[in-house]
Amino acid sequence: MSGGFHIVVCGSLVPDPLQTLEPITGPGGPALKNEMMLPSVLDPWAAHALYEAAHLAKKAAGSKVWLVSLGPKAKLQQLMMSLAQKVPFELVALDGPAGGFADSYEVAAVLAQAIEGIAGLDRSRLLLFGGCASASRDAGVTMQMIGERLGVADQFLAVDELTVQDDGSLRVMERIEGGRYLVSVCAGPPAVLAWATGHLPEPPNSPQVGMMNMRAIMPALQKAKPVKVGAEGIAFVNVELPQQRRETRIVKDAPVEEIAREIVAWIRG
Amino acid sequence: MEEPANSSTSLHVERQSMEVDIACVGFGPAMGGFLHTLSRALVDGTGQPALPSTAMPGMPLQVVCYERADDIGFGVSGVVTRARGIRTSFPALDPAQIPMAHPVTKERVLYLLDPIGASRRSASLRAVDALVRAFKWMLPYEECAVQLPYVPRFLRKDGGLLLSIGQFNQWAGAQLMASGLVQIWPGMPVSGPLIEGDRVAGVRLVDQGTDRAGNPDVGYMPGMDIRAALTVVGDGPVGPVGRQLDDHFGLPEGHHRRDWAVGMKMVVDLPETCPLEPGTVLHTFGYPEPEIFGFLYVYPDRMASLGIFVPSTLDSPARTAYRYLQHWMMHPYLWRYLNGGTIRSWGAKTLQESARRGEPHLVGEGYARIGEGSGSTNVLTGSGVDEAWTTGVLLAEGVIELLKANKPFTEENLEAAYVKRRRTSWVEKEGRAAERARIGFQRGFLTGLIGMGIAGLTGGKLSLPGTSKRPYERIPSLEAYYKGRISPEEIEKIRKETTEAGSSMHDALMERCGWPKIPYDGKLLVSHQDALLVGGKVQAASGYADHVVFLYSHLCERCENKLCIEVCSGQAITPGAHGVPQFDREKCVHCGACVWNCTMPLDGDPEHANIEFRAGSGGLHSAEN
Repeated sequence: MSGGFHIVVCGSLVPDPLQTLEPITGPGGPALKNEMMLPSVLDPWAAHALYEAAHLAKKAAGSKVWLVSLGPKAKLQQLMMSLAQKVPFELVALDGPAGGFADSYEVAAVLAQAIEGIAGLDRSRLLLFGGCASASRDAGVTMQMIGERLGVADQFLAVDELTVQDDGSLRVMERIEGGRYLVSVCAGPPAVLAWATGHLPEPPNSPQVGMMNMRAIMPALQKAKPVKVGAEGIAFVNVELPQQRRETRIVKDAPVEEIAREIVAWIRG
Repeated sequence: MEEPANSSTSLHVERQSMEVDIACVGFGPAMGGFLHTLSRALVDGTGQPALPSTAMPGMPLQVVCYERADDIGFGVSGVVTRARGIRTSFPALDPAQIPMAHPVTKERVLYLLDPIGASRRSASLRAVDALVRAFKWMLPYEECAVQLPYVPRFLRKDGGLLLSIGQFNQWAGAQLMASGLVQIWPGMPVSGPLIEGDRVAGVRLVDQGTDRAGNPDVGYMPGMDIRAALTVVGDGPVGPVGRQLDDHFGLPEGHHRRDWAVGMKMVVDLPETCPLEPGTVLHTFGYPEPEIFGFLYVYPDRMASLGIFVPSTLDSPARTAYRYLQHWMMHPYLWRYLNGGTIRSWGAKTLQESARRGEPHLVGEGYARIGEGSGSTNVLTGSGVDEAWTTGVLLAEGVIELLKANKPFTEENLEAAYVKRRRTSWVEKEGRAAERARIGFQRGFLTGLIGMGIAGLTGGKLSLPGTSKRPYERIPSLEAYYKGRISPEEIEKIRKETTEAGSSMHDALMERCGWPKIPYDGKLLVSHQDALLVGGKVQAASGYADHVVFLYSHLCERCENKLCIEVCSGQAITPGAHGVPQFDREKCVHCGACVWNCTMPLDGDPEHANIEFRAGSGGLHSAEN
């Protein structure tokens, strides 16, 4: 595509899933115990979106990637120390909660508003990327709502693969029920692509990319606008973790048949 | 002659290079002190850059710090500290601003007796124990423990702080990053120093996209060379940069690094019934083995940090920190507080206990050393974080002086600006007093305690004579160690069975000697693997070379003890083919215990053994330590 894409990735942090997550009721509603102490990672769905965006931008000359992140400013800063080394992007930061209890409608509203405010963004070249189930407690609605607010009609959810074809059209593979794919083609941007997995591994850390990104990241964090996306007016009747039954063993290189046999035996009790 | 394993990590490939002014290695308390102090001098009163960059003309001074761990909060330690240096840097410090921090309110030192009868105690210690039990009615005796009537002054942390190093690092690092004056990059291991002649010209970052042997693989990206006028090394006691500098420049005459310990700890949620108040500090000694010291610090919100130190003077060829930690927690004195608690976090690290006697060359052409790897830990007061922080502050003050005077970072200038400051500091004064405090432990536990007392009470003016043996020189064979308790035939049987099962021997050996099985409760008493997953959240990304390398297979084949397997804090080292242990990077917590526990010295190089600990990625992912 001539001039390249303007790719806006919506992605923020989630508590590192390996941490001990304990829901509590705080003064502002449901929260996680010691949330500010827990390390965070980029939401894995959004991570796919960001890496795919960077890969596409590298291939299509003239492209640019923005990362629009909504999260507590201090935690965003910490996340950026790792993330900024991965791929080139320009950060648009919004200071607000990202603990899993935000309301999708409100999140979509503030993200759409932030995207509308990006200087130099060409909406005709816009590819709006994000995680397919991000900021929605797995409901998969946030990216759709952002797209609607921005007037982007072509929306693809649970995307695993995007190919830019020779004529500039976009070939998109979406996963659907039954382990099958829906393959669609649209003429080109603007489009919303909510990523499920993607095909790219986590990029290596590059000191040069990090230094380049950081020059703009720190000012962006300092300018982060406070936003309200809490669950005001929404009552959570109960919040609890799934019951765990942990009998950990780590066994490497076990044959698939053996693993299957063991699982069947375990289910049979 | 056999080539050392995995030598392909020093591949000659074309590498990218980047110029900065100051390259820093390792973000811990020492680097926090350095960067905090330096960053305050980087802008003037109007917020304009005060010190210009030479590497990037027209820009402010370029200061970059590379940290191996995946986050700057993944440190391993709960600490009690007088916090003199930290408070000098933050005069208005409010502990409530640092998660888990709390002022010290109470301190107790406890001698733990052996409630089981399995601890390996000398005849003289058994006599002491018998006396204690006989006179317990007139002693502050409770639940198989005696509380010392007072805490010796040298151990006290009056007015001090309890800190989680993970949280303290996050707190200090966040302020640095927010200033925008320095850059800290986690998840970026440094492979080694760039040594040109006798000058350190920067550092080389680790290769990415390699196989386990370091050979180029998918997405290969050779580690970049970061060239700098000054390289600040604060990568701890087993950091590859510091160790390579020691190998190249040697240690000052009379110095050595033969005294070590592995510290293993947990952060736990205390049961609701626990009466211990925030700020309480318990120090223990005497159990599970006499040489093992323990600690329990009570944080706010019913959390506590607890753990043990297993020193290199515990001469067991099957020493293990994890199993001993569980027995220590279950000591009746402690278990009444802990029973019903839940593990939140877990981790381990090596401590360099030669301290000032292990001090390396603090400076050279283009480099300076700070922190624990620079010999700043005080082994008498049991304190290292505040000392490390202060060494960083002292170096920063010297660096600022040199930058303002436009003087280069030569050995001579760094000697005058940093080493001179350090020699007149409280770190040095107290470090000298502690220098020989633990030498008595080379001859036994009671002698060690007496020596520590003498050194502590005389401010280091008096100490016991003696020298430190190399760790491997202290380790007897399993057969000799268990003589009279387990027959050589049974040891051989256990060795065979555990090798076939791919596991360590210590559980079987300890249980055979009377240590009871651990009654796992799934909350605090959990399997070692669950401690890794639930507590340490240990993980490692692919695409990096193994950082633990068994150099010469013939030495491993000859090794009978395989202490590396026994001591490994993460069960990352297990029996392997043909007698060469295998290493699983995904379980490694980077404690470095394998390095000093290897019992096979290299031919012609008695200070080095057969395990090399290189730069590596991954490890703990818990920030609550």
